[in-house]
Amino acid sequence: MRDVAIISTAQSKHVRAASEVNEVELIQPVIQEAIERSGIGRHDFDFTCSGSSDYLAGQPFSFVMTLDAVAAWPPIAESHVEMDGAWALYEAWVKIQTGQADTALVYSYGKSSPGDLTRVLSRMMDSYYEAPLWPTSIDFAALQARAAIAAGVTSETEMAEIANRSRTSAGSNPLAQLTSSPSVEALLADEYLAEPLRKHDCPPITDGGVAVVLAADDKAREYCSRPAWIRGIDHRMDGHHITMRDLSVAPSIAIAAEKAGVGAGGFDVAELHACFTHQEPIIKAALGLGSDVDVNPSGGALSANPMMAAGLIRLAEVANRIHSGSVTRGVAHATGGHALQHNLVAVLEGEG
Amino acid sequence: MSDIQEPAPIDLPEGLWSQPSVDTSALDGLDEVEAVQLINTPAKFVYDYTPGIARTRFLRAIAEKRLVGQRCPETGMVYVPPSGVSPISGLPTLEEVELGLDGTVVSYCIVNLDFTGNAQEIPYVSALILVDGSDIPIYGLVREIPTDEVRTGLRLKSVWVEPDEMTTSFENIKWWAPNGEPDVPASDLVGYV
Repeated sequence: MRDVAIISTAQSKHVRAASEVNEVELIQPVIQEAIERSGIGRHDFDFTCSGSSDYLAGQPFSFVMTLDAVAAWPPIAESHVEMDGAWALYEAWVKIQTGQADTALVYSYGKSSPGDLTRVLSRMMDSYYEAPLWPTSIDFAALQARAAIAAGVTSETEMAEIANRSRTSAGSNPLAQLTSSPSVEALLADEYLAEPLRKHDCPPITDGGVAVVLAADDKAREYCSRPAWIRGIDHRMDGHHITMRDLSVAPSIAIAAEKAGVGAGGFDVAELHACFTHQEPIIKAALGLGSDVDVNPSGGALSANPMMAAGLIRLAEVANRIHSGSVTRGVAHATGGHALQHNLVAVLEGEG
Repeated sequence: MSDIQEPAPIDLPEGLWSQPSVDTSALDGLDEVEAVQLINTPAKFVYDYTPGIARTRFLRAIAEKRLVGQRCPETGMVYVPPSGVSPISGLPTLEEVELGLDGTVVSYCIVNLDFTGNAQEIPYVSALILVDGSDIPIYGLVREIPTDEVRTGLRLKSVWVEPDEMTTSFENIKWWAPNGEPDVPASDLVGYV
């Protein structure tokens, strides 16, 4: 296996609605910033991979339009996933492992404000039994929260504590969207949105994006004083039908964690793609994380949840802390689908 | 249910698959059931389209019977309508460029077949038109000339809706028509076709 590292990252300022800019105007400054921080020339990447979904902004082939931002002429080696950017990073990592690339630019973005997001996400479901009923993403999350509470995995009080801690932590993240929280008591006094979920248990709707640069072996050392090495990365999925799995656990996370080497432990930080409060304990249990690990110091997806980007942002947030030297080893998790269906786990580490 | 045979275990790499043991006996009873061949599950979404900063400037200008493009800071090429970013350099196109209202045919096709949704009387000519001052052609209809006389290099003027019908829409240009100027030599259009 080749050693591959994240050597630079950039994110947009995450907002409820970036109503002035189109998608390429949204992501271009982010891509340019990540490229300039890496030190690699704009035209010198061996591979480019992006993640986005046309359903969000209702723009057919929107990813082709945003290719304007990566200087795709003369023609470049390029790919796209209709998934969170964490999977675009995975594809780039595989490309580098095959020896076909030494450097890669990875980016993803979501502009959810133009549409009705919780309904748009219902289109991910089975088109015969589930999608015709137009279940919202919040409906599914509430079913999972109910199962998790019934199984003793979490409680409404712990969920409120997670919301409070996440958004308080986001106070030190200048790019986050929600950066403060009422007290746990005040949160629990709120009405239910979809019992047992209250508004604070749900992520904000966010427009935003992220870009990261990957480099292998000596290239990474040449361009970065402290690369965030990807020591392990794996992704697994549970069944598509929401009724065919135990929603209180996430076995696909446990398998991905085992394959990525999470069992060795020693983590300073964990960035977990928990869009809803109750998902954090489910993910932590599947990863086997103890209480000594700093979880979501960025504020996590509860503080800024740009669709298709919030997973890759988890890897970027761990990498940022390794680059700065504030941590040595971290684990990042990204998810796709409803109720933690598809999951990616990566172990990142700095040297020295 | 004791006569149900367990499916034979499938030897797959550990961790990659699970093959749950499933009772499929109910499927046998479906032999007499008429198959559902088709269901309709209508889906519709309404979006608020965001043109963006560059396209907003273009659309505001076109409401004033002006065409504006934006210049790539690296190559100098002028894009119209601008997306805000140069596809060759990947950089923002911050310099706005006032374009002419005339242009040149760089490529065209004559449409002889009617089709669902077509709003034009056939035959008609669709053309790629290089607006004066720009470096990338836009799409438009060519009229006021027999279809068999349309050619690459033909000079055109834009024909606009009445002033009181002007909106922030590309539809302000009804079509393009010959402006009487001599043709542009094909050699001058290399790279734009």
